[in-house]
Amino acid sequence: MNSGLISIELGVGLLGLIVLMADLWIAPAHRRYLGWGAAAALTCLLVFGLGTLAPQSGTGFSGLYVVDPLARFFKAFFMLSGVVVLLMTVEYADRLAVGLSEFFALTLFAVTGMLFAASANDLTMMFVSLELITVTFYVLNSFQRGKLASIEAGVKYLILGALASAFMVFGIALIFGSANTTQFPELALRQRELSGSPIFLTGLAFVLAGLGFKIAAVPFHGWAPDVYQGSPAPATALLAVGSKAAGFVLLLRLLFGAVPQIATEWRGCLGGLAVLSLLYGSLGAIPQRSVKRLMGYSSIANAGFLLLGVAAVSPAGSIAVLYYLAAYCFTVLAVFTVLCVVMNGSDADDMADLAGLGVRSPVLAAVMTLALASLAGVPPLAGFIGKFLILRAVIAAGATHPGYYGLAAVAVIGAVISLYYYFGIVRMMYWGGESQERSGIAMTPGSGIALLVCVVGILYLGIAPHGLLQLSADAIAPLQPSGAAVVLSEHLGVVTPGGASR
Amino acid sequence: MLTFLILLPLITALVVLAIPGNYRFIIRCVALLGTLETAIWAAILFFRSIPGTPDYQFEQLVPWISAGGLHVNYHVGVDGISVGLVLAAAWVGFAATAVSWDVERESKMFYVLLMLMISGSIGAFASLDLFFFYFFNELALVPTFIMIGVWGWGTDRQAAAFRITLYLTLGALVALVGLVALYTVTGTLDVTELQRQLAGHPLPLKTQMLVFPCLLFGFGTLVGLWPFHSWAPLGYASAPAATAMMHAGILKKAGLLALLRVAWPFLPDAVAYWMPVLAWLCLGNLLFCGFVALRQRDLNLLIGNSSLAHMGFAFLGLASMNVIGLTGTVLVMVGHAFLAGLSFALTGWVRQQTGTVEMPRLGGLLRTMPFIGSAMILCFLAGCGVPGFANFAGELGVLFGAWKGAMYGLHGWVLAAAWGGLVIGGVYMMRAIRLVLHGEPKREWAEVSDATSGWRRLPFVALLAALVFFGVAPGILTRRIEPAVVEIIRMAGQRALPAAPPGATAAMQR
Repeated sequence: MNSGLISIELGVGLLGLIVLMADLWIAPAHRRYLGWGAAAALTCLLVFGLGTLAPQSGTGFSGLYVVDPLARFFKAFFMLSGVVVLLMTVEYADRLAVGLSEFFALTLFAVTGMLFAASANDLTMMFVSLELITVTFYVLNSFQRGKLASIEAGVKYLILGALASAFMVFGIALIFGSANTTQFPELALRQRELSGSPIFLTGLAFVLAGLGFKIAAVPFHGWAPDVYQGSPAPATALLAVGSKAAGFVLLLRLLFGAVPQIATEWRGCLGGLAVLSLLYGSLGAIPQRSVKRLMGYSSIANAGFLLLGVAAVSPAGSIAVLYYLAAYCFTVLAVFTVLCVVMNGSDADDMADLAGLGVRSPVLAAVMTLALASLAGVPPLAGFIGKFLILRAVIAAGATHPGYYGLAAVAVIGAVISLYYYFGIVRMMYWGGESQERSGIAMTPGSGIALLVCVVGILYLGIAPHGLLQLSADAIAPLQPSGAAVVLSEHLGVVTPGGASR
Repeated sequence: MLTFLILLPLITALVVLAIPGNYRFIIRCVALLGTLETAIWAAILFFRSIPGTPDYQFEQLVPWISAGGLHVNYHVGVDGISVGLVLAAAWVGFAATAVSWDVERESKMFYVLLMLMISGSIGAFASLDLFFFYFFNELALVPTFIMIGVWGWGTDRQAAAFRITLYLTLGALVALVGLVALYTVTGTLDVTELQRQLAGHPLPLKTQMLVFPCLLFGFGTLVGLWPFHSWAPLGYASAPAATAMMHAGILKKAGLLALLRVAWPFLPDAVAYWMPVLAWLCLGNLLFCGFVALRQRDLNLLIGNSSLAHMGFAFLGLASMNVIGLTGTVLVMVGHAFLAGLSFALTGWVRQQTGTVEMPRLGGLLRTMPFIGSAMILCFLAGCGVPGFANFAGELGVLFGAWKGAMYGLHGWVLAAAWGGLVIGGVYMMRAIRLVLHGEPKREWAEVSDATSGWRRLPFVALLAALVFFGVAPGILTRRIEPAVVEIIRMAGQRALPAAPPGATAAMQR
């Protein structure tokens, strides 16, 4: 037992409790400063805690929990998104009628859940951390109790989330029933015998379905557009960035850490889901008028891109997934921060509200354009490198099966369609006609800092990708020894030809 | 020195950004000075480059990424092919800045975007690493979209901006897929490294057949290869003059350069296989676009279509696969850079003065604007390939090359059709001169003004001078181009399949 390993998680959870307690002594008018305090404390935990003080590697709690470069990569990712979302919430404070402190605390609890998820090395740990995330989101999504759309978002997330949890727990039961263990490393050792067991495979499929819900991949995507549209913007941002990334880190660990051989056999299925998500998300986004709803569809399409990286079943693919997620984090947070600032006062988020933003606030419009261009994959921004890496991984995998070239073609089509709908927003901002509002837009310093962080991230990852690429390569190293590359090479002859063409 | 050339417009853009938006005069002067300096340095670079060697000169290499299985360097350098294009980019960039003097709305952003375009195009021509080539190319493309949408002309400029965005992005992405596929096999996108690696060990046939169509159709879309050309005339008709000059004149050539640098030397078997297809498609450019140009009422649409016809010559030269044809192609590329720049600068002037470029509405403009009119006559003459201008030398080279190529399976009557394309070009250019410049002066255009001050005439004179200079002394260019082209042909001679006479394509189909 080594409880020092979870010091970061304990710290963030404790911070949430402190925020809740502090609420008792702080006058309602000053509660937004709690957000500042929480953001500052989370930054300290990120810089000092994760950087130096916490153990850099180790396994604890009888193998349930692991700290390795992959976990540390995602912990930094989640804490950074947490900081930005807290700052965003300060901007959003006026629109939350009651319970601002609870919103801060719940955000911190969700981040705690994500931090645990980054280190989960066991199916039960995975389930518990995902539940911590999901349950906090039930509350966060329906936080604006006076707003019908927010209640609707909460209820939809609740019902579908419960369904996904049921899938997952059922799947875990089946896996435990057939394998007698829930730990990833032990599953990896026994995957050859297990891959013949239909009960095990059914269980695995159920668990993957549960994860598919988290990452909003087709066919588990139904909730995304409604929930994205109805939830308060900071909650949507955390959902889009944190929840998706938590789903992907678990997917990577489960597929390549526990069952790499089965992952290789199922790559056709993964590729098929990626294609469906990409096309569904891209095509669904075209007619949208609500920016948040559009981001919901775009989130499905991006899940498709990320799944392409997973479907490549190679180290290059996993590196691409990590890089893409980091780029996605900065860009999506920038988009939602701008939305938070601009949509101040109006509850709707119709695209027409952005009309004339280029005149009202050139800075916000420029940041939004930068973020959307990055999402669309325009160089020299972060999103381009992410898409480039995904494409590279998919095309390189084409040497193992020609079906991958089809995936690359779909990726290109998806990228072009995405350019179309993202630039629809840009067009609205710059030459979308006159808006009624001519006034400038005030921005709190918190949003300023959040936007600065995002813009620096977008540009840095686009212009100097070396550093993060190195980090991503180190991060996926733990997946290697038993992982994809070795298995793929020894497995090439055995793969059935129809495997990836679906 | 090349890095300096790439950075100079970027630094100018930063300086312009720092100036408050209402100091228009200062912004314009800074932009002009910056581009003038770029143009001068490009000229110095051109004349300091050593002719008669296929080597890359002014090389510079800075490691950029080497992690996660990705190795990319910032590597710039020019050979005889690209040095002329760098010169053209800087020169036309300067002219484009000079003719944008009258942009009133949001002029600061306009100049910043224009500087990005110039920097991106020089960077694309100078890059020896294809990753950076793509990077710079996009850096120049994105401002194009914005400039057409914001400062463009006409009611359907947003539709034009959207179409050009989607077409060119699709083209660029398809080309990127090809480049990535090349990278996954060779592990590098550095042209010099590829040369070293593939010398004597040509790529396997399967790879070539996979990569080449991506490159041909991807870059082909960027250049306006028929039938992926429909973005071009519409886009140029809607674009502000400076954008059309930079895009039609300069940026389009990046796609051709990439084909010449990558596809031809490294994928020779695939080139041989696809050559007949390319010859057919370039007929589409030469004849189809020529006929379309014949029917235009809008002067800019006419020039847009005629520029596609010129690209047909460039593609024909590429398809010929011999020294004189490829040299001719490069000459056409450089000549057309100045020509397209000049054409769009002139029509921009006319449109600004009269508010229209509908040819039937114009007429007799030679009387009211003698300088612009004369320049336009010279420009259109150059456009139909009259000797004495750079284009003539290039088109002649291409026709010779195609004639020689006809012996190796390029159909003889493709050549005849190309000659027919020249005739069509003469017809529509003459028709344009008659409709716009000659005839009775119309009363509504009595008030229009000519470019009178020397300062106003400078951009037109500069471009015309370059056209005539390279027309009279093409040897200055060809001495630099030829060794590089010979090297490409030498690389192309190393086939994966044993080189065989015309029937080889049949063997390859199996």
